[in-house]
Amino acid sequence: MRVTQGCFSFLPDLTDADIRTQVQYCIDKGWAVNIEFTDDPHPRNTYWEMWSLPAFDVKDAAPIMLELDACRKVHGGRKYIRLSGFDSTHGWESVRISFLVGRPQEEPGFILTRNEGGGQAIQYTLQARPLPGASA
Amino acid sequence: MAEPLTPVPAPGETAIDLHKELAETQVAEVLDELDRELVGLAPVKTRIREIAALLVVDRVRRRMGLTAETPTLHMSFTGNPGTGKTTVALRMAEILYKLGYIRRGHLVSVTRDDLVGQYIGHTAPKTKEVLKKAMGGVLFIDEAYYLYRPENERDYGQEAIEILLQVMENQRDDLVVIFAGYADRMDKFFRANPGFRSRIAHHIDFPDYTDAELMAIGEMMLKSLSYHFDAGGAAAFRDYIAARRKQPHFANARSIRNALDRMRMRQANRHFAHPGLVTLDDLTTITAEDVRASRVFNQDATKPD
Ligand SMILES: Nc1ncnc2c1ncn2[C@@H]1O[C@H](COP(=O)(O)OP(=O)(O)O)[C@@H](O)[C@H]1O
Ligand SMILES: [Mg+2]
Repeated sequence: MRVTQGCFSFLPDLTDADIRTQVQYCIDKGWAVNIEFTDDPHPRNTYWEMWSLPAFDVKDAAPIMLELDACRKVHGGRKYIRLSGFDSTHGWESVRISFLVGRPQEEPGFILTRNEGGGQAIQYTLQARPLPGASA
Repeated sequence: MAEPLTPVPAPGETAIDLHKELAETQVAEVLDELDRELVGLAPVKTRIREIAALLVVDRVRRRMGLTAETPTLHMSFTGNPGTGKTTVALRMAEILYKLGYIRRGHLVSVTRDDLVGQYIGHTAPKTKEVLKKAMGGVLFIDEAYYLYRPENERDYGQEAIEILLQVMENQRDDLVVIFAGYADRMDKFFRANPGFRSRIAHHIDFPDYTDAELMAIGEMMLKSLSYHFDAGGAAAFRDYIAARRKQPHFANARSIRNALDRMRMRQANRHFAHPGLVTLDDLTTITAEDVRASRVFNQDATKPD
């Protein structure tokens, strides 16, 4: 199952040239670009792991692309990787853009569990299926 | 029919007007500005024009498929303090940007403390952080020789040097490094670290300014602040330059800038000390009195200003 989330998610996967262009756009807007990865692509999972530090003060996309390469060497094809642009200006102080730049080779998708509660109540829970090779 | 050995230029590009090429990049403007706004420095200006010419030709050759490699652009600026190295480096960043050799054109100026850490494992991230900030522009390393401390074989500077060498070689598209400092120490530094020497394409030497040049620099600085010398003030400042040069910690144009700051302060205090109204002329004029009160004229001056 091909996970879609964040910006551009219904487009084909971005090429590195596309990614570089987006990163430069974020930098030119003054946003700090972050690289994050996770094995839990649940849309409500806000706790992705950070790769290196958020890049404040860079002027060019090159250092982000280098870190992204480094991140891919470790997690590429195994985890979901995304970039986000954080706007620290007063009043915003939040993520302005976020998009996937890497996904596992095999995407097991989600599992829907049905919990039967008291009375006739049924509760549905969506959970990411463990990625192949995940330890947990 | 045999393939031509060198690729032929694009149609309509059998002959190239280098001057037009230069004009298109707007580098000529930066070069002219450099001539206008910086006093003296004739050999430096010539070298920069030569480098710019080389790069314009290289650009054309790349477009015509005669070469594909990014040329090595790392440089070393040697000279005494206050001879304009930092100022020229800023212009160099602008030139490289306009010619398309760097993508952003900013300059990140650092010294040893910005690159080298205090404990094990601290240096690499620090150096890399600086390199990231400089990417797309120019990294200016002032007094670069402090990175190398042979007397301490465990010095963390060595780690920064190795990272720098690697990036200078492998990421020539991403940033240009300019080393700056005293000529003799820089020479020793390069001899001890031959890796740098082979990666640096251009060495530019910044001569000390003559007294007349320092006078012109002083007048220019004053003018930009809407001040000027009267005749007596100018004569006094000429004497000041001659005297200041012989004293310790003389730093060429920087000493001039600092001296002018003091003189403006004395001028302000002089106006307060005298009762009465001041005119526009009073407010903009630096007189002999403002200059000659300097400790530089005091024979046993220990702290020059
Ligand atoms: N040729 C010059 N003309 C005008 N101002 C100059 C000139 N050279 C240096 N300055 C001024 O002197 C000061 C010191 O110059 P700087 O470039 O910092 O010297 P360095 O880096 O060699 O120590 C700066 O304020 C600069 O604007
Ligand atoms: Mg300097």
